[in-house]
Amino acid sequence: MQIVWDFLQHQVLGMAWLDAAFGAILGLLGVDTCGRFGASVQFFLYDTSKIFILLTLLIFVISYIQSYFPPERTKKILGRFRGLGANVASALLGTLTPFCSCSSIPLFIGFTNAGLPVGVTFSFLISSPLVDLGAFILLISVFGAKIAAAYVVVGLVLAVAGGTLIDRLGMERHVVRFSASPAAINFEQPEMSRQERLTYAKEQTLGTVHRVWLYIIAGVAIGALIHNWIPAEWIQSVLGKNNPFSVLLATVVGIPMYADIFGTIPIAEALYAKGVGLGTILSFMMAVTALSLPSMIMLRRVVQPRLLATFVGIVTLGILVIGYAFNALRFLFA
Amino acid sequence: MKIQIFGMGCAKCALLEQHAREAVSNLKSDATVEKVTDIGAIAAMGVMSTPALAIDGAIRSAGRVLTTAQIEALISDATFIPR
Repeated sequence: MQIVWDFLQHQVLGMAWLDAAFGAILGLLGVDTCGRFGASVQFFLYDTSKIFILLTLLIFVISYIQSYFPPERTKKILGRFRGLGANVASALLGTLTPFCSCSSIPLFIGFTNAGLPVGVTFSFLISSPLVDLGAFILLISVFGAKIAAAYVVVGLVLAVAGGTLIDRLGMERHVVRFSASPAAINFEQPEMSRQERLTYAKEQTLGTVHRVWLYIIAGVAIGALIHNWIPAEWIQSVLGKNNPFSVLLATVVGIPMYADIFGTIPIAEALYAKGVGLGTILSFMMAVTALSLPSMIMLRRVVQPRLLATFVGIVTLGILVIGYAFNALRFLFA
Repeated sequence: MKIQIFGMGCAKCALLEQHAREAVSNLKSDATVEKVTDIGAIAAMGVMSTPALAIDGAIRSAGRVLTTAQIEALISDATFIPR
């Protein structure tokens, strides 16, 4: 069983064979892959190919599943839940629903106009960019199942807790209201045929690759740089286990950045290989994906500054707690 | 007939608008194509995923870039079926 799982993780998802193949090809071309330059090139080629192959396959499968959960349906499903159950359902559906920051506003208005509590909407908004199935599979391939599962679980807990807290703080009144006619709200799309779902999945895949390829290349390039050119001692001293501010630093740097989770993973991978603590890595990935300047500017149009600040504050605090907790409990993942 | 494209300026919205204009000219329809980018107006229609397309004030598609042929079919439907 262990052998089968290891094979799955390293060869199928991790594509170690691809790494070996690039190593062999570079060797034939006379590039010394043990040297810094050669190793950087190998890391870059291997990581970009691996991520693009996984990304394309995963997004296709996920988009097919997503075609069953358009936001209109998500809204209806969520309307059936109450209390904490609604936040949990919202966080889970957030992992399945197609989402990019440009669609966050209509979605936000649609949810609040349907009478969903603001906390439930925020559970969705936190979980949607933070956790998705594709990221989960890629995390398994890079960090292993244990860490991937931990990431998903704490991500969901953050979404549920953040949303619940926003409700408890009475933030409902800080939402900017837009009126909508009741007839319009109940619009429902006709059911898609299988062919339409396949076409939809293909379009989503192409669209996503088109949107994120630059982030991935940049992410892998930074990863390769960290991997082979920046001395481990530097990274250790800034982000290492002995610096009590490492999690804080990783979070503060990550928040304004706008990048896709797929572009963030290679950077995290390289930092992890250099001995940066797991908690620090998780904080960095979560800060980059959950919060960004563009998404805050978007959200500002539908919520008042007070609520926006509360949202950013709660998520930041949650990410810090997660980071320090994982660094403290890192022996569980060794 | 009035065709409206709802979207806040993403690339997909521009593509949907282009398809709608092609559909209109292919059918030699007298329909007008109008782009709606105001959040308030988009919200008022109950649109939750953009780009969306409405014909004579009724949403016909949301969150998808319809092909020119699909829009032609929608226009024909709206033209020949008395409402």
